[in-house]
Amino acid sequence: MSASGLQDSGPDGGKNLSAEALLIEGVWKYYGEYPALRDISLKIPAGACVALIGRNGAGKTTLLKILAGLSTPSKGRVLVNGQDVRAEATRATIGVLGHGIGVYDELSAIENLRLFADLYGVSNPEATALHWLERTGLARVKDGLVREFSRGMRQRLAVARAFLHDPKVLLFDEPFTSLDDRAIAVLQTLLNDAAAAGRTIIMSTHQIREAMELATHVALIGRGQLIFSGARTMQMLEDPGWLYRTYGDSA
Amino acid sequence: MTTRDKIFYGLAAFTAALLTRNLYQIFLVLPDELNQGAAYRIFYFHVPSAMLGMTGIGIALVFSLLYLFTKDFRWDSIAAGITEVSMVFCTMFMITGTLWGRISWGVWWAWDARLTSALVLWLIGAGYLMLRRAIDEPTTRARLSAVMSVFGSVNSYIVWKSIEWYRTQHPQPVLSMRSGGGMAPGMEATMYWNLLALLCLAVLLIMLRMRQETMTREVEALRRYAHAL
Amino acid sequence: MSIFLRQVWAIMSKDLRSEFRTKEAINASLAFSLVILLLFSFAFDTAAEEMKQLSGGLLWMVFAFAGTLVLNRSFIREVPNDCLDALLASPISGAALFLGKALGNFALLLAIEAACLPIFAVFYNVTLTREPGWLALVMVLATWALTVIGTMFSALTVNLRLRELMLPTLVYPMMIPALMAAIELTRVLVTGEPIGENMMWFRVLTAFDIIFTALAVTFVDTVLQG
Repeated sequence: MSASGLQDSGPDGGKNLSAEALLIEGVWKYYGEYPALRDISLKIPAGACVALIGRNGAGKTTLLKILAGLSTPSKGRVLVNGQDVRAEATRATIGVLGHGIGVYDELSAIENLRLFADLYGVSNPEATALHWLERTGLARVKDGLVREFSRGMRQRLAVARAFLHDPKVLLFDEPFTSLDDRAIAVLQTLLNDAAAAGRTIIMSTHQIREAMELATHVALIGRGQLIFSGARTMQMLEDPGWLYRTYGDSA
Repeated sequence: MTTRDKIFYGLAAFTAALLTRNLYQIFLVLPDELNQGAAYRIFYFHVPSAMLGMTGIGIALVFSLLYLFTKDFRWDSIAAGITEVSMVFCTMFMITGTLWGRISWGVWWAWDARLTSALVLWLIGAGYLMLRRAIDEPTTRARLSAVMSVFGSVNSYIVWKSIEWYRTQHPQPVLSMRSGGGMAPGMEATMYWNLLALLCLAVLLIMLRMRQETMTREVEALRRYAHAL
Repeated sequence: MSIFLRQVWAIMSKDLRSEFRTKEAINASLAFSLVILLLFSFAFDTAAEEMKQLSGGLLWMVFAFAGTLVLNRSFIREVPNDCLDALLASPISGAALFLGKALGNFALLLAIEAACLPIFAVFYNVTLTREPGWLALVMVLATWALTVIGTMFSALTVNLRLRELMLPTLVYPMMIPALMAAIELTRVLVTGEPIGENMMWFRVLTAFDIIFTALAVTFVDTVLQG
């Protein structure tokens, strides 16, 4: 029932997905004696866009934290482009957008981006920061303090931070939550561009409809286990609730 | 009854017998000491408490490091047990020191090297226990308290040495437990017997604590399961 | 190597910039120091000769309490907006993150102490300029000791419920050897006793600094990553 690899798909998957961007092998995560994640194994090809779906508490955020290197699995390992995600050099190729926006309220937009450019070792911090401020429509307010920004502006800055260092892998935890229209549009454009450029995207979401439009593959998690993983089909696109009805939410 | 239970009850019986024998010896057999009268008998508990209380935090270092390397919860339980039990003995050391000082010398407290060090180690141990209580999740609790234990253990040695040096520069009247040169042979032997009894008691308490920690983790896991349903 | 230094510098300047913009910790710390110095003046007869003997202790108590206000903020400032996660997801090593923050805290603490010293000398009629070189050395070594312990425990307690209470409880007993050394050395410098007989306190401070910096740099990753 649960495939351990995301198969190359037919008409709607579309891309030639051969190289593996992410290898998740036998990952378990225990909190004390309680397993929050049970034996997750998944191979994600380069250039795939994976929609990670599941109810609240299923383990999506826990899994994403492990993929981002923020949390160590109790058993198993995660390799990104063949390297262990816990190594610092590997984290330089990953862009992360979590629940919190991850930018400092008391700094300006450009100061925030310059900081992360320094942390990621970006070669031209000033120019890169300005470039991403333009792409997210924040060039006008580059010297404004983040605490004065609206929610949508803060989210756009967070997106700029995630894309700043030209990551090959993007990990997004419920990115469309409470965004305004402009922010949604910006994010969708950037995600489409990233997908077209061959970046690998893993996105956990409750908004199944938006996710299905972008996704090439789908993974369903329930009660810490991987219930289903495979290519996104036309049926999933047209009937987003189909997955839950067919597979339920626990293994 | 498992092997562990057999060891536990066997040791408990041995400890009870030994303690009874020691108490008999201390209170009924041995004579009053020349200069200090009856109160000196507290010495038989004061000195072993010092030995057990002040070394515990250093021993816990080994088990904390073992946990950090192996992630096996048993090491964490032992480290927590050792620290807690040694704090009990540290408290006993300070209280017996206070009582004895008050009776024999008329002062409630003396800032001598040993008592001062005991107080600082007690504070560090109390911090460790408060830290454990403040964390609900078992893996985080074990991890953070292990690191704190490493810091506390390494510091305990520096604390001990610093206070000793400070006292050599600023001497205080020391409430000495020994009048004259050494101890009468009967006294020394009894003290070591009592050390053995208290050491066995410490081991028993640590074994109890370990079991408690295991059960606490089980309960927490069950609670999470219940919430997940 | 250069990326390491770049990251350390980035974290340090970010913290200092943040602090100078909000001035929360600096103001609280300076105000607190002044209040304590004032309160102590009621407790002690400042004209008396014994004042010189007590001065070391007073000064370092002020620095320890005021310093903890600053050190507590260290990792707490990363909590809003999940900035700590954003930092940890980046390629920065625990060592670089710790050193960046520790150096920032060090600079802040030294600045606050430098502001307090003349006020202390005036309020308590104490001559601090007898041996400025030695005094500066004591300040640097002891302040680094406080910084290392405070920053490390700030990292350790950052995700705890009662972090504001836990940090002082954990940190003050740990600082005791460094504070003892600093108090003794300051007392010696103020009263004019020969420093040569008290060199072992410098050794205590140096050993404390080296050992705990090494331990902090080693264990910071363990403490921050779940």
